[in-house]
Amino acid sequence: MRREGSAFQGVGAVFVKELSDNISSVRMLMLELLIVLTAMAALYEAIVALRQNTAEDPFLLLRLFTVSQAPLPSFVAVLGFLIPLMAIGLGFDLINSEHNRRTLSRILAQPIYRDALLLGKYLAGLATIAISLTALWLLVIGLGLIFLGVPPGGEEIARSLAFLVIAVFYAGVWLSLAMLLSIVFRSPATAALVALGIWLFLTVLWPMLAPAIAQAIVPPDPRFAALGLDTPGTAIWTLQLQRFSPNDLFGEATLAVLSPTTRTLGPVFLDQIRGAVMGAPLPFGQSVMIAWPQTVGLIACTIVLFVAGYVLFQRQEVRA
Amino acid sequence: MSEQQTNNAAIRPEAVIAARDLTKRYGKTSVVDAINFDIAKGEVFGLLGPNGAGKTTTILMMLGLTEISAGRVSVLGFDPARQPLQVKRRVGYLPDAVGFYDHLSAVENLAYAAKLMGLPMAERSRRIAAALTRVRLVEVADKRVATFSRGMRQRLGLAEIIVKRAEIAILDEPTSGLDPQATIEFLDLIRELKAEGVTVLLSSHMLDQVQRVCDRVALFRAGRIAMMGSVAELSVQVLGAGFVVEVEADGAGIARRLAAIPGVGNVETLADDRFRMTADRDVRADAARAVVAANGALRRLSVDEPSLEAIYARCFQVPPSGGVRDAA
Repeated sequence: MRREGSAFQGVGAVFVKELSDNISSVRMLMLELLIVLTAMAALYEAIVALRQNTAEDPFLLLRLFTVSQAPLPSFVAVLGFLIPLMAIGLGFDLINSEHNRRTLSRILAQPIYRDALLLGKYLAGLATIAISLTALWLLVIGLGLIFLGVPPGGEEIARSLAFLVIAVFYAGVWLSLAMLLSIVFRSPATAALVALGIWLFLTVLWPMLAPAIAQAIVPPDPRFAALGLDTPGTAIWTLQLQRFSPNDLFGEATLAVLSPTTRTLGPVFLDQIRGAVMGAPLPFGQSVMIAWPQTVGLIACTIVLFVAGYVLFQRQEVRA
Repeated sequence: MSEQQTNNAAIRPEAVIAARDLTKRYGKTSVVDAINFDIAKGEVFGLLGPNGAGKTTTILMMLGLTEISAGRVSVLGFDPARQPLQVKRRVGYLPDAVGFYDHLSAVENLAYAAKLMGLPMAERSRRIAAALTRVRLVEVADKRVATFSRGMRQRLGLAEIIVKRAEIAILDEPTSGLDPQATIEFLDLIRELKAEGVTVLLSSHMLDQVQRVCDRVALFRAGRIAMMGSVAELSVQVLGAGFVVEVEADGAGIARRLAAIPGVGNVETLADDRFRMTADRDVRADAARAVVAANGALRRLSVDEPSLEAIYARCFQVPPSGGVRDAA
């Protein structure tokens, strides 16, 4: 059955209203404050560490993102941890709050499809995160200029922009998950708890479980163990299993674009590095190619979760 | 008019809402079971029945907010399942316990709805100002809705329908929880809508209020329409006669003359000078003329109009004072 009119009618109105709500909300303010303060602390440590070798590194600006100094993790690691929190914070009550406020049937009685409401809310959430991350990115560039005194090169800007795009895709995964849970659970508290549980599982538990499962599938070879090496089969399985976690995909993709010397994201075999100039940076395009499968993985994950939410929402009875 | 009379009939051209064998099933349970009705333009039509009788589900099917399991419904000539946007452009809906965005003002809430309606900015502002004036919320237009009482929220919901310039207003339990003054004001607003030619579909438990504003009602029971018609028609069907007129007058042959009035079903002589008639309409004027024709002296004339509560109680076999909620 073909529907009349456009599914996107009303998306703009929903987007603008939700974006305005997000930006002005106390919840968003607190999340932004948390991210900015933590990221700034990580950045400060990175700047202190980098001041020692300003003239030596051709990609000094990128180091700002990746260098860590104990006890703080790197700026990228901080974002990898906090972006899911921000996305879950924005998405866990996207739909169920409309049920609870009893606004859903009134809004859907206007000449729009449910698609418009869902898409408008999702895009507004993503735009909110993108705006915050862009502001943070500009802050990093600005502080780098002030404290390191070295202007960023064109490739550094391109690579850091690629990182920004990957970070937005990464946020998209968690926002889709949070939105899906806000459709499944009528209680925002339940949706938030389940989302945080999944995030903790994939961030903390899964990296520990993946090697154990891999070893069960491909038991380690004692000959490799005797040489202090990982068994290739076990290592590959571990890597593949770890890639089920969006955190891992994000970590790998950002490593590829922010560390120009990264040549591969999997186990390295001797025949792969034959003829390679060790430590030489790859061109930007090739780094993007290395990060591409992980980026596509993040996009695919976003699409799958969004579609699941879309289907559930379309079938949901709207009474409130 | 009974349900069976309209079953499978062609949709009348003057009907703005027409349902034919409209059915909604959840699994094997039918919550709305092959109902048929027509609502004419400008009519105020009441949906009555206990909780879970299928009233809200019927409304949701009319708006395309829930799938129709079988049968069809036409709203202003459009099919809500295939042409939901056409229907929603022309139909205003005020849900039970309507919700608004509490952090936004009345104007901002209406502006958001108006944007979703696709109204241009200038038109939006004009219509919102006019609607808020109409529902007497203009003084609190810029206040956050969080501070509004339930009555004010209901009026704001009605303002949204006015902004839309809806041809049909669907009001689900609009006066539930309102104080008497707010209820009176709300019913006045419904009458104003009717006067402007807006068709109103009203779902309610408040029988006396429904009777005050509705031209016709449908009584829902277990997903089916048990009875449908005006209160007078239903009273004749259920109670035998709707109006009870008492006459106190001296004169010869008055009982005979009263019995001859068209529409009078029964005349009971309570005393030499007191008579009680049951009729299918208000026959006080005819009774007065009958007394005068008998050269009698009319001392008192009173009428008891048919009560929807009595009809409902008889139909659902609950005590008249029991109320609708107790019948569920």
